[in-house]
Amino acid sequence: MDINPILLLAALMVASTPILLAAIGELVVERSGVLNLGVEGMMIVGAVCGYIAGHSSGNPYLGFVGAAAAGAALSLIFAVLTQFLLTNQVATGLGLTMFGLGLSSLIGQGAKGSPDLTVSKLHIPLLADIPVVGPILFQHDVMVYLSVAIVAGVWAFLKYSRAGLILRAVGENHDAAHALGYNVRAVRVLAIMFGGACAGLAGAYISLVRVPQWIDGITAGAGWIALAIVVFASWKPWRLIAGAYLFGGVTVLQLNLQAEGLKIPVEYLSMAPYLATIVVLVMIRAGRAPASLGKSFHPST
Amino acid sequence: MTLLDLQGLTKAYPGVVANSDISFAIGKGQIHALLGENGAGKSTLVKTIYGLVRPDAGTMTLEGAPFTPTDPRAARAAGIAMVFQHFSLFDALTVAENIALGMENPPKQRELAQRIREVSENYGLPLSPDRIVGDLSAGERQRVEIIRCLLQDPKLLIMDEPTSVLTPQEVEILFGTLRLLASEGTSILYISHKLEEIRALCEHATVLRLGKVVGTCDPRETTSRDMAELMVGSTLMTPKRDSETLGDDVLVIEGLTAPAPHQFGTALKNISVSVKSGEVLGIGGVAGNGQDELVAALSGEMPVSAAMVSLDGQAIGHLDPNTRRKIGLCAAPEERNGHAAAPDMTLTENALMTAKTRLGLSKNGFLDWASARDFALSVIDGFDVRTPGPETAARALSGGNLQKFVIGREILQKPRVLVVNQPTWGVDASAAAAIRQALLDLAGEGSAVVVISQDLDEILEIADRFAALNEGTLSPAVPTAGLTMERIGLMLGGAHDMEAAHVEA
Repeated sequence: MDINPILLLAALMVASTPILLAAIGELVVERSGVLNLGVEGMMIVGAVCGYIAGHSSGNPYLGFVGAAAAGAALSLIFAVLTQFLLTNQVATGLGLTMFGLGLSSLIGQGAKGSPDLTVSKLHIPLLADIPVVGPILFQHDVMVYLSVAIVAGVWAFLKYSRAGLILRAVGENHDAAHALGYNVRAVRVLAIMFGGACAGLAGAYISLVRVPQWIDGITAGAGWIALAIVVFASWKPWRLIAGAYLFGGVTVLQLNLQAEGLKIPVEYLSMAPYLATIVVLVMIRAGRAPASLGKSFHPST
Repeated sequence: MTLLDLQGLTKAYPGVVANSDISFAIGKGQIHALLGENGAGKSTLVKTIYGLVRPDAGTMTLEGAPFTPTDPRAARAAGIAMVFQHFSLFDALTVAENIALGMENPPKQRELAQRIREVSENYGLPLSPDRIVGDLSAGERQRVEIIRCLLQDPKLLIMDEPTSVLTPQEVEILFGTLRLLASEGTSILYISHKLEEIRALCEHATVLRLGKVVGTCDPRETTSRDMAELMVGSTLMTPKRDSETLGDDVLVIEGLTAPAPHQFGTALKNISVSVKSGEVLGIGGVAGNGQDELVAALSGEMPVSAAMVSLDGQAIGHLDPNTRRKIGLCAAPEERNGHAAAPDMTLTENALMTAKTRLGLSKNGFLDWASARDFALSVIDGFDVRTPGPETAARALSGGNLQKFVIGREILQKPRVLVVNQPTWGVDASAAAAIRQALLDLAGEGSAVVVISQDLDEILEIADRFAALNEGTLSPAVPTAGLTMERIGLMLGGAHDMEAAHVEA
């Protein structure tokens, strides 16, 4: 066995980033009281749109912008259906995932990429040269740091800003928020679009950095893991990092074990990250969900 | 000096005119009562003033200027504040966060916390800004709403049924605060159907009936009975017994002990009491002293040892609710929406659910819809439930009407024993009188009735004997005849007779 722990930990951060991005978006959506099960669908549409935008423009960052826009656009369908036509959120979210998987296949037909397009790794001065810690923490691409920055930003937004307070209030008791004169629908539509944009970024990270190429079904259930991790984190931003890195860690570890030729069927190793997520979800006591989560709101007088 | 002048306000909804040509004025610093039964149009009127409802016709004038609020924010900006009947609070947030949400331009958290402390001290409403609202008592939660209003220096404070969830001590504190506010020039529009409270607090009353103003009076110089009759539009009956013949013990509770069913529940400790045929037993106590658990143990929702509860000599403590209904024990829990009735199901379906066993409304596993509908109709007719028909969803009924339906549904099954918890909570005067009369009639026909209530006047009015529930123990039952409030207070406080002190340490 010669798995290099430094490389393993560095790879862990990369493997965790798409899940963290998708999960932080869904966390905001759920804190506003909406359950969007379409994360997987928005992710994969983001993956294909990001891939095409990135490769056709030759700029991977334009790819990420395109992916975020595509994710947000797809989530807008969900927003209109659930917030204005009052469809069931669970069914609509599942439908969005199915739709997204099919749509991405269609868009991605014949999508071509060039091998030259890479997202460069940063080499943060001084910090990156620290032994052990440097390669693990400070030699990644900008999206890894952006994902952590978004988590920090969401945390501060929810805790300190008035808009964050209103968002939490809407998720907690939409009738009371309405009675106080807040626009429940507008808050939720914005939250859903933020969630869609984050899911789009997450998808593009897979197709532009992690894999990096376009294949059908490339997200492989990462959107569902992101949903599970939001519960795991008890709807608290910082805990998302622990959840995402746990899943990412098991993923990277099982890949390394496969490469080592461990005498366990490959299928068991591939299952490991998902099993680990379920085991953790069963063992921890989930915190209190936003009280209005998943309930339709109608502003009747 | 007039603060707010309403002229000809009219608002119609499909099928019903909620407000019809309503005109009255509220003076500066006046405590003005708005009286009316459920469905009289009080809520619509108040929502109009608060900007939640736009009137079809009519005008409002605030301090001489036209007042047409488009939403609650506009109303708040103009100096209107409102404390809702069902608190519009956010359980997971802190007191300070809740208050900040109700303000247009809240100051920084630390400054806000300081102001909350100041206002709560000035008006005698103790409250800590850092507590999570979900952990507060009903009285404390109301203080959050009131302080939220007071921080905006309102010109008019609207209080919608503020005392329905408060203890008598909390009501006194609230009244002190309101009087202080009025003396400082704040006008108060006080909505209630508790007439004694209005007589104690208000200096002017406007009475609504079926969407119209039917009269005004000075509550300090008008009797409760006159005001009630103005509200109802007819003479109000006082519940009375036809006959008082007590038979043998029907329901016997012997050493009923049960652990608390959940984290916030109360354990029942060695409760023993019996109820005779034709008797009404009243059980009083402050909420949360084991009322819900006692109802659950009696109805069968929470099975206990067989011998702890017996009916006509048969041990039934271990049986499930449907088997108990079959034998003759029916129950109506406190919470109408979601416990006593399924809110989204029709009245027919709700009638079926408890009456199925006793009235044989299902055969070979199939439901007898025709008979169920007839039964629902008989409840609606017999108990004056105001609804378009038995196909209406339970949630569409007002609280009082649904309560009449729930109680009527159990009474028409002619149970041997009926257990009711808070039978007239949030129900207007005439509906409450009708429900109490129905309970007495049931006892008159030879059933045993257990009324669990926090309304002591109600218990004194209809019960033959009174027992106090305190931290899961029940005092010995004493006859209500000649019982003084002082003695009841002692019983509720847990200072039972010495021989009843069988509380484990």
